[in-house]
Amino acid sequence: MTGLQLLGFGQNGWGAWLLVAALMTLAVTATALAIGAVLGALVASARLSGSRTLSFFGHVYTTIFRGVPELLIIYLIYFGGASGLTAIAQSMGYDGFFGMPSFVAGSLAVGIISGAYQAEVFRGAYQAIPKGELEAAAAIGMSRALRFRRIIIPQVLRLAIPGLGNVWQLSLKDSALVSVTGLVELMRASQVAAGSTRQYFMFYIVGGALYLVLTSLSDRVFNGAERKANRSMPSAAIGKV
Amino acid sequence: MDFAFLSSTMVTLIKAVPTSLMLFSLSIFFGGLLALVIVAMRVSGNPFLAGFAKGYIFVFRGSPLLIQMFLIFYGLGQFGVIRYSFLWPFLREPVVCAVLSLALCTAGYTAEIFRGGIRAVSPKEIEAARSVGMSGFLLVRRIIAPIAFRHALPAYSTEIVLMMKSTALASLVTVWEVTGVAQRLISQTYRTMEVFLCAALIYLVLNFVILQALNLLEYSLSRHRGAIPPALKA
Repeated sequence: MTGLQLLGFGQNGWGAWLLVAALMTLAVTATALAIGAVLGALVASARLSGSRTLSFFGHVYTTIFRGVPELLIIYLIYFGGASGLTAIAQSMGYDGFFGMPSFVAGSLAVGIISGAYQAEVFRGAYQAIPKGELEAAAAIGMSRALRFRRIIIPQVLRLAIPGLGNVWQLSLKDSALVSVTGLVELMRASQVAAGSTRQYFMFYIVGGALYLVLTSLSDRVFNGAERKANRSMPSAAIGKV
Repeated sequence: MDFAFLSSTMVTLIKAVPTSLMLFSLSIFFGGLLALVIVAMRVSGNPFLAGFAKGYIFVFRGSPLLIQMFLIFYGLGQFGVIRYSFLWPFLREPVVCAVLSLALCTAGYTAEIFRGGIRAVSPKEIEAARSVGMSGFLLVRRIIAPIAFRHALPAYSTEIVLMMKSTALASLVTVWEVTGVAQRLISQTYRTMEVFLCAALIYLVLNFVILQALNLLEYSLSRHRGAIPPALKA
């Protein structure tokens, strides 16, 4: 059978299988980025809170999840989650083994890692807001909540876009490691296709090329978002941030 | 807490540390050399060489390391040309494949970091060097390389820590380094948390030591510019 047939969409083709898997990779990464955004915002606010204890815990979180291999964290969530669930089920009177769905475990693990990186992105973005603007908002009598909603959030989101783009690329590549839990995303799909056809080289090249498509497309999306978010800023200021 | 189990786990895992460190140092060394070649091509001014370097950086930074590693480990053996060549006794070894893919991958990232360092060299310093008659290799060795390396070091430290973490992937091509051994212990004992904590501690300590060493290096390279010693900075 020729390579083209194997990659096609026919009966023996793996084309559709790989494309669906690429969508799964996107789904895992997007879920992970959303989980990471919540965790990252919490950790960033802990580190900016001024409280020593909170700041210490924020620091510990970023140090651990940026200093331990991603693979190890995925194993922890996948296997640890399974034993945790089983223990909870047993305490409620159910027997047997309860596994964690690999999609949940995978996006949670990648999300926790991306949270550590996103915390730093949000922290940097917050610190880039000119102090004068916060003082001006306080001076005209805006409450803390209003200041947060009207002044801080819009600017943090705008300033964080380039950093979030980097975290997205990182998470996209980390999501390949979720393949160890058996979730059929692009990496695992390439492995399965390579193993069943014995065309290892071709399928890993094609899998890698699909990853390149995903990374370069998302680069464009983030560049577009950055341009759009900065459209009301004078161009000199864009150069500065 | 079961201290007997924790200490036996720790001992088993520490026995795997030399393998991790070997993967790490070999891939940083070869990756660094390759990055120098690629960055030289990238800034050479020759459109073909620069185009090749751009393509290399795009491919190795844009795809996951795991797929690159599998491509080398499983993909290369498919070709008779390679299986019957003198290279096969090396490429058959998981360790060689792991180091090869780690080095190829980090070279892409490192080349970009070095390029950033080179761009930070002030054109005036290069002009001054040229005006006293330096050119070619002497200019690179005495002026560009030292300044560029100093500028690139903070970003390069981050990349080095990322590489220490990336060595964990070698466990997936059957190299028994710390993560591989930890995974084996987890599947044998189902005591995820304890094994995980021990392995995480090992990586945190390794990364801490590496970062301290790099901070010292950074300080010693910029001491003449009035830098603050790392011990006082934190």
